[in-house]
Amino acid sequence: MSEALLRVEDLSVYYGMIRALKGISFEVNKGEIVSLIGANGAGKTTTLHTITGLLHPKEGKVFYKGEEITRIPAHKIVSMGLVHVPEGRRIFQGLSVYDNLLLGAYSRKDKDEIKENMEKVLAQFPRLAERRTQLAGTLSGGEQQMLAMGRALLSNPELIVLDEPSMGLSPLLVGEVFEIIKSFREAGKTVLLVEQNAKKAMSISDRAYVLENGEIAMSGDSRELAEDERVRKAYLGA
Amino acid sequence: MNFIAAIINGLSSGGTYAIIALGYTMVYGIAKMLNFAHGDIIMMGGYAMYIALSLAGHPILALVAGIVFCVLLGVAIERYAYKPLRGAAPLAVLITAIGMSYLLQSLAQIIFGSAPKMLVKLQVPGFFMIGSLRVDYSTLITLIVTVVVMTALTVFIKKSKPGRAMVAVSEDRDAALLMGINTNAIIAITFAIGSALAAVAGYLMLMKAPSLSNTLGAMPGIKAFTAAVIGGIGSIPGAMVGGILLGVVESFSYSIPALAPFTEAVEFSILIVVLLVKPSGILGKMRREKV
Amino acid sequence: MSLKNFNWKKYTNYLVVGGVMLIFGLLSLVGVSDASITSLLERISIAAILAVSLSMVVGFLGELSLGHAGFMCVGAYLGGKVAALLEPSLGNGPLNFFIALLVGSLAAALFGVIVGLPALRLRGDYLAIVTLAFGEIVRSVVMNLPAKLFGGTLGLSTPRMDKKYLFIMGFLLLLACLAVTQNLIKSKHGRAIISIRDNEIAARATGIDVTKYKLFVFTISSFFAGVAGVLYSFSMYTVQSANFDYNYSIEILVMVVLGGMGSINGSLIAAALITFLNIQLQTMLTGDLAVLQNLFYAVILILIVIYRNAPGLKGFREKYNMRTISEKLFKKKKTVVENADAGEEEATNE
Repeated sequence: MSEALLRVEDLSVYYGMIRALKGISFEVNKGEIVSLIGANGAGKTTTLHTITGLLHPKEGKVFYKGEEITRIPAHKIVSMGLVHVPEGRRIFQGLSVYDNLLLGAYSRKDKDEIKENMEKVLAQFPRLAERRTQLAGTLSGGEQQMLAMGRALLSNPELIVLDEPSMGLSPLLVGEVFEIIKSFREAGKTVLLVEQNAKKAMSISDRAYVLENGEIAMSGDSRELAEDERVRKAYLGA
Repeated sequence: MNFIAAIINGLSSGGTYAIIALGYTMVYGIAKMLNFAHGDIIMMGGYAMYIALSLAGHPILALVAGIVFCVLLGVAIERYAYKPLRGAAPLAVLITAIGMSYLLQSLAQIIFGSAPKMLVKLQVPGFFMIGSLRVDYSTLITLIVTVVVMTALTVFIKKSKPGRAMVAVSEDRDAALLMGINTNAIIAITFAIGSALAAVAGYLMLMKAPSLSNTLGAMPGIKAFTAAVIGGIGSIPGAMVGGILLGVVESFSYSIPALAPFTEAVEFSILIVVLLVKPSGILGKMRREKV
Repeated sequence: MSLKNFNWKKYTNYLVVGGVMLIFGLLSLVGVSDASITSLLERISIAAILAVSLSMVVGFLGELSLGHAGFMCVGAYLGGKVAALLEPSLGNGPLNFFIALLVGSLAAALFGVIVGLPALRLRGDYLAIVTLAFGEIVRSVVMNLPAKLFGGTLGLSTPRMDKKYLFIMGFLLLLACLAVTQNLIKSKHGRAIISIRDNEIAARATGIDVTKYKLFVFTISSFFAGVAGVLYSFSMYTVQSANFDYNYSIEILVMVVLGGMGSINGSLIAAALITFLNIQLQTMLTGDLAVLQNLFYAVILILIVIYRNAPGLKGFREKYNMRTISEKLFKKKKTVVENADAGEEEATNE
């Protein structure tokens, strides 16, 4: 079996005395959409933050493309093709839409390709193109999520890590966001998705991991997991 | 005519305050700390200019020496005193900055003594008349430098890649990291720019009044810092507006005999009034509290 | 309460302060003590009141005040002025002193409310900025008012009270300051205040009126700065506004930080130590060398703050702090003491 794109090994993370992750391991293969589901406080966001270097684990390792990235500072990880779309979008409100997108390409030097990439993103998100000179803070919630995802695309990533992309959006927009995530796969990208909306997440993902109290409780094929009695009761509201 | 003279003088000293205030406000916006030692960086730059003048003797060389020294000093202070405290309680950082201010002042006095040095070579004598209005060349130079500095800085922030990164870091440091921005480097650049501006401000101050002592930067520093808060700390246009406003108020207060002795009290009272009316300052945005 | 159960440890600092006061008071009475010692004690009591009261704001409220000298200035000038006005009718005895004390400290407290009200509603570093501005305003106003009011640049002359026992006043007021501070901190309100320092948002969420508490602490702290100011005006005979500048506020802050933020006894010890050192160094270091002392304080201040707060030194701190070292050194001794305690408990149970 070939090396997974992202492999997490025995990750333990502490907040002071509290152990937020208790030695979790999982992997994401190239071309997959993998979802990480679980209740509030289960450790989903902590996992993502540790992968992209915002947090450092006490024990365990993170491998990306076979290379260990556990101790690599967060700002150097983007240029390796691993981008993180954080919870709550975290767009730069005081900058224009266009400047936000440009910041997505901050770590790239290839000017022509950035330009090409920019055109592609603006074509994919016409509403961003219309509002390109507007301050990002004036966008609606849905538009801000588009901006956050478009911004991530401008780093030309191979693996996109998404944290609660559907949070606070209307059902119509939620559908749109999940369509965009599917389109990432069609464009040859790999996705690691953290979602409260487990039903939706499992419907578009290939595999899923269920996180409970900082440990991986279950894992497997998304469709099979969605049939599981425990998962259905706890996360799918059935 | 007195009125116009007061405005011109006010704009000129306000410009100097604004240049200093920019250093405070940029560092506050990006590193989220009040760099109390900023005023004393001005003073240290003054001594670098003094040494350069006695070695080379040319004002422009002195300015260059001052800028280079201030940039090195500012970056070194950030690296060794403030950076270890990143992530610590704001109070700890603030107290360290105060200690640094104290340190620089006493260091300068030990090295150079308390007797003021006269940097007469920096002076620009002469004036010209507009009607019956006398304008000193030094005032004119200050005004020009102020406009140039503000324009350059605004363009840099708005149009350049590091400028955009600075705005990003000031808005959301973690999100900036996720964009691949080396936030530590951006903070160091901010200190470098702020310190270079401090050197320029020091040059302008010494051009008008060439007496240099270890407290050169203390009062202008506190005032500029007040100006930054009046304008809205963290806001670059705010620092400009606050600086100019403070300079004009100061100049008017000096020109009214009954008020003249209380000028400092008047200036600091504006701060309290502004904070009462609009706590975030004239152009400042209220920071959202993060839980 | 029997004497055996009385917790002596809790009152050690009162006993030490009171003891020093009594010993030197007696020495003064029999004429052994000289003016230099009483003057040192006066200055220590003033510095200690300032440090303990500032420590309330910095250590327990977690806010920074850079205008402590400004509040002291208010107390010194208003108290001194009242004393000078009353001197012809009341003489310069204790009555005059107490009236001056009341006026000076209440005036300082009033200014504390005026300054604190706008500044404490805001978060972050605003108190530092506003108090800094306040200190400068007070100084500049007092200096520039007509000389017949506050003496102008020459300073205000205050009544020449018999200074032999002024230090006893100082120590009594210090004891009062300690009592107020320590009782406040141990009370229910004290816990509320500490919870504000540790997590303001959480404190607010539990229904604590954050602004009210902050204002309360800040006002008390200003009050005691005023007390120190009045003492100062009686101790010095003349009050000069130049002495209450920003640097003096910083010196008080150094005492608080040096003593360990949040430790009342630390502030007390640091205040005494720094005051003593200042006087010793004053005679040793003259001219520009006098600044060596400031340099020393500045370096100490920076190093202590970095050492105690730097996230990167956390491991080091945990490994080498006083507690773990003393535990290692006195490990055996401690278990013995614990056994003794347990034995005693059993004995009383029987």
